Amino acid sequence: MRPLTDEETKTMFEKLSKYIGENIKLLIDRPDGSYCFRLHNDRVYYMSEKILKLATNISRDKLVSVGTCFGKFTKTQKFRLQITALDFLAPYAKFKVWVKPGSEQSFLYGNHVMKSGLGRITENTAQYQGVVVYSMADVPLGFGVAAKTTQECRKVDPMSIVVFHQADIGEYIRSEDTLT
Amino acid sequence: MGRKLDPTIKVKRGPGRKARKQKGAETELSKFLVDDDGPKKLSSRSRKRAVKRAQVTKEPKQEEKPKKGFTDENSKWLKPAPRKRKIEQSEEDEDSDSQWEEDDDEEGFDKKEMEEEEEEDDDDMVDDYGADEGDEQDSDGEELLPIERAARKQKKQTSKKPESDDDDDDDDDDDEEKDDLKEDGEEEEDTVQANIDETEQFKLPAAAERAKEGLLAMDLQTIHQRIRDNVDVLSHFSEKREEGKERSEYLSLLRSDLCTYYSYNEFLISKLMDLFPVSELIDFLEANEIQRPVTIRTNTLKTRRRDLAQALINRGVNLDPLGKWSKVGLVIYDSSVPIGATPEYLSGQYMLQGASSFLPVMALSPQEGESVLDMSAAPGGKTTYMAQLMRNTGMIVANDANADRLKSVVGNIHRLGVTNAVICNYDGRQFPKVMGGFDRVLLDAPCSGTGVISKDPGVKTGKDEADILRSAHLQKELILSAIDSVNADSPTGGYLVYCTCSIMVEENEWVVDYALKKRNVKLVPTGLDFGKEGFIRFKERRFHPSLKLSRRFYPHSQNMDGFFVAKLKKLSNAIPSAPRERDEEESSKTETAASSEQIQNPESKQQKPNSTPEKSNMGQKQKLKPKKSETPIITKKTGVKAENKKPDGAKKAKIAKLDGETSKKNEKPDKMQKVKELNGDSTKEVVMEKKEGSQFEKKNEMKRKNLLKNNTNRMGKNKFRKLKSMVGQ
Repeated sequence: MRPLTDEETKTMFEKLSKYIGENIKLLIDRPDGSYCFRLHNDRVYYMSEKILKLATNISRDKLVSVGTCFGKFTKTQKFRLQITALDFLAPYAKFKVWVKPGSEQSFLYGNHVMKSGLGRITENTAQYQGVVVYSMADVPLGFGVAAKTTQECRKVDPMSIVVFHQADIGEYIRSEDTLT
Repeated sequence: MGRKLDPTIKVKRGPGRKARKQKGAETELSKFLVDDDGPKKLSSRSRKRAVKRAQVTKEPKQEEKPKKGFTDENSKWLKPAPRKRKIEQSEEDEDSDSQWEEDDDEEGFDKKEMEEEEEEDDDDMVDDYGADEGDEQDSDGEELLPIERAARKQKKQTSKKPESDDDDDDDDDDDEEKDDLKEDGEEEEDTVQANIDETEQFKLPAAAERAKEGLLAMDLQTIHQRIRDNVDVLSHFSEKREEGKERSEYLSLLRSDLCTYYSYNEFLISKLMDLFPVSELIDFLEANEIQRPVTIRTNTLKTRRRDLAQALINRGVNLDPLGKWSKVGLVIYDSSVPIGATPEYLSGQYMLQGASSFLPVMALSPQEGESVLDMSAAPGGKTTYMAQLMRNTGMIVANDANADRLKSVVGNIHRLGVTNAVICNYDGRQFPKVMGGFDRVLLDAPCSGTGVISKDPGVKTGKDEADILRSAHLQKELILSAIDSVNADSPTGGYLVYCTCSIMVEENEWVVDYALKKRNVKLVPTGLDFGKEGFIRFKERRFHPSLKLSRRFYPHSQNMDGFFVAKLKKLSNAIPSAPRERDEEESSKTETAASSEQIQNPESKQQKPNSTPEKSNMGQKQKLKPKKSETPIITKKTGVKAENKKPDGAKKAKIAKLDGETSKKNEKPDKMQKVKELNGDSTKEVVMEKKEGSQFEKKNEMKRKNLLKNNTNRMGKNKFRKLKSMVGQ
């Protein structure tokens, strides 16, 4: 387990800010203690410093996971955000999309969100903006990228995609193995 | 080519072919009240019936004549009771038709047969009771519906058949089956007539018959009946036993029947018979055949039970709160959606967890801000429950030895939003070395799984003595490591909960008892007010009386998986091998070097092996043996006995030194002698002789061996076998 290098930090924060903007600092300085990111086996873990201390006792090959895994760095040093980070993205999300109950299941299976399934969308969403997807009951379902701006969403036909799927909570069942 | 089925187009359909419609009271009544056939339309059946009715009124008189052979003029008024005759007639019908032929006067043979058939048909399907039949029935004082008459006919026929079969066969078991059948048949008739014959006895088949049974496939019904009868006899043994038959014979028959009926192996059934009284045993076995209800646990980090229940009900799930003892549990009766895939599940609002798995965490009750270790965490249900009780504060270390199963722990932890967990992949026995000083530790030890047979029927046949002992051995090592990982001086904690999903005493009370002897711990109440108390004694074993504070749960009484929970509090961080003997340990250590000295204190031997590697070998061997107990007869196990006779040479000497933990002073002189002899020559016989002298010595040997080694070096299996062969076992 090691701290992130500057480049890695930069890459990761860039990715995160797509979804939560400047609220990243809220992730680091929290009222209940300071938290940090650490890298282990190419995965980025988010944990409080108390846990960090205790986790250092565990040898590298035996350590499986610490705190919450946010995502992983690929071989070419690109950062992929995982569904396990949803709990931290959702409260700070800047742009949100609500999905109708009928197409909730479809999104949970990994499909993109179509105009016909779109319930609500935050105003002024830019194109290709990172968004967090909610159900109508305000339960976070996952996140993705807006395919159209809010204005365009109103005009476009029902069968076109409005949100590209990136991660959803159905992955806890579908790809349990790849979470670690 | 068919029409294309378009689901959006709904075709209205009228009543089907078989739909019945009520036309209204008047029309219904008119059917009953109006009798004449004229205006009414008759269906084909009713037409047939009418014809028969007409014939019957004509026929009976004529038929009776030829049957009884009446030829005088009394036939018109002289009418014999039809019921019995008709039954006899039907029997005679089957036997021979010649009688009819002979009696036949006017009517043709065929016609008679037809008439007989018709009459028989009449018996079976008649709606109205023919006039004369009705009269005669009344005169007999008994009304028998035609169906009842037919049933009686049948009964008599069937009761005839087996007798004829038996006459042909010579086999003994046929006789036995016949006995059973007769008993069954007799029992049926008895109950029908409301005369229960109390001298009806459950007959124990002789050994020869039972041996033959193995070849013949007995059907399950018979076996089940036999089990029931057997249990009945055993419950009221003095009244219902057969003369000359021992209880053990009944028990052995019951054992083999249970094995066949429920598909267990002999070993497991014997163990279960030791654990439960016979009637409870049947309940337990039956409970293992059906699944326990599905239960879920609300994740209070994300939602409340009320809200979750509401959301699930909206999805079409039928559920209820689990019970008074749990504030987060819900039991699912049925569901129209898969419970493991609802959006609520995926967003981490609940977790599928067996009801019995709630209990150890409730007993442990971790507080906020504590550091907790879960030694066998997969698949993560208990870990996440602990995290929610701690409100994501403090720290949890979730460990499991199996890397594949750890993936599910990771998944569950992330899904349920647990942030204070560290997941690692160690062997639990390494734990105090890696990290120690936890406030609380939960050890859900890997076990034989005899409590979850309903989930995994393979346990029924797959487990035997060696498996249980192996599990017990591992559990003992784990519990010691767990105890060593607890910080006794913790301000808020110092607790360990040991639990298994097994009902075997070897894996439960024995292990806890071992821990009590080996470490400074004591049992405390679990806080669970239901469930059965743990055993204080079992067969020849005696456990510490505080074992009463542990709890056992059974599928047939609490309707949850078989479980055992014990809560221990650590009193002191010092590690003695056994609590009382700390003072003597140091003195005994100095004596280990000298081989021929007798040690005053029986208990102190345990430390010695640490000093020399040789001893460690012995210790390891002894590890494998069952643990010492206060009193008797662990040696009865064959494996154990073998180990007892191992020693040769220096090892013997060590054993001699390490003699005894028990406070029995009378053993000392024996030991003295033994030691001297051992030192003199290294023959086993001497040791044997001594051993013959007292059972205690054997026990002591075993105990010594047990105490010899701490967990660190373990002799591999090969070495053990080598030693065994050396010793000549």
